[in-house]
Amino acid sequence: MSALAPAINKNAKLLMLFAVACTAAVSLVHLLTKSRIELQAQQQLIRQLNETIDENRHDNAMFRDCIIAPQGDKENSSVDVIYRARMNNAPIAAAIKTAAPDGYNGNIELLIAINNDGSVSGVRTLLHKETPGLGDKIELRKSDWITKFSDKKVIGENDNRWAVIKDGGMFDQFTGATITPRAVVKTVRKTVDYFKANQDVIFNTESNCGIK
Amino acid sequence: MKIDAEYKELAWQGLWKNNPGLVQLLGLCPLLAVTSTVVNALGLGIATMFVLICSNATVSAIRQWVPKEIRIPIFVLIIAAFVTCVQLLMNAFTYDLYQSLGIFLPLIVTNCAIIGRAEAYASKNPVKQASFDGLMMGLGFLAVLVILGGIREILGQGTLFDGANLLLGTWATELRIEVYKLDSQFLLAILPPGAFIAMGFLIAGKNAIDNKIAQAKPKQLEQAIERVRVNFEN
Repeated sequence: MSALAPAINKNAKLLMLFAVACTAAVSLVHLLTKSRIELQAQQQLIRQLNETIDENRHDNAMFRDCIIAPQGDKENSSVDVIYRARMNNAPIAAAIKTAAPDGYNGNIELLIAINNDGSVSGVRTLLHKETPGLGDKIELRKSDWITKFSDKKVIGENDNRWAVIKDGGMFDQFTGATITPRAVVKTVRKTVDYFKANQDVIFNTESNCGIK
Repeated sequence: MKIDAEYKELAWQGLWKNNPGLVQLLGLCPLLAVTSTVVNALGLGIATMFVLICSNATVSAIRQWVPKEIRIPIFVLIIAAFVTCVQLLMNAFTYDLYQSLGIFLPLIVTNCAIIGRAEAYASKNPVKQASFDGLMMGLGFLAVLVILGGIREILGQGTLFDGANLLLGTWATELRIEVYKLDSQFLLAILPPGAFIAMGFLIAGKNAIDNKIAQAKPKQLEQAIERVRVNFEN
């Protein structure tokens, strides 16, 4: 038994040496790329925000002026971060990051921008796992369907135009994929309602997130 | 002269005879999952090739100091470190492509072609040859990825190089070629079953070509068989 000890000892040390060397290499690359990765994420966020709210309409840095949505509301538990657009400190619009929980294949992450008057400013799909070729028309790259939300309003309590055409509403469904657009329409509508109900809180809460 | 022949043999093995995608059938998971477009295939192929060259070179450089008993964990460490570095670099410099490749980038670690080459070739041969082997095996894998991506992209959405700007920057948007206009996409080609079917045809095609060559030169084939026996060792 003891004859094995030196070999084990040597191998263990060698393994440790390699582990340290590899970790050091990865750490070095991490340190070198860290700031650039953060910058990339920030630029992507700014790009997405500008797509939903025109950058000439506000004069604040939206990606820094944001709040983490107050939790507790079961209906809107997927509302994540809210970015606020202001012009001379007056509220203009808010971009709400949320998710449609009832997609065909898991959550569909959405960025929904709503003007101060309650109309939709723009919607973009951030992340989804819908069927390629069918449900993925919610991407702007594939179809302009997502832009049809712009300037739409929810009127009254039971605005039944907020549904796909098949269900008697005003939004197109896709051939072979009704679940996906249905989920997106439902979430946009829910988010508009959420915005209207919490407008004061959304704009008056101190900014408490943002990219450092 | 002898060295020349060795390089030639390495290139032949990696690109055709022992192609990791078509013959060894290693790394099928990323191969089938990512090849829905040429650009995705190219991105993953280049990343894999880069890891393969680096890991082969490193494994070869340290081969004298690594005892047989612990070589596998050390190879895995090295490969994982390179993959993580590639992942960080792609995250920093090709952000959109990094996002569209998703989980398959870190999964390069599990591509058996890489540890296979480290174990079978790099751990027994000098750095130069090992790096060259990595390059050729990587190119072989890349070629299969790109061909498969091309077939699926043309059949599925009627384009080539869609999204090239993700890999190469905004100027590359013009590289996009619309081969023909599709009213609705040919779903089978985009979904995983289409990848399996296209892959089957590729392998069948390669075997058909091999058979033709073998029929044309029956004498050379016999020589090849003898060589296999000579290399038999343990």
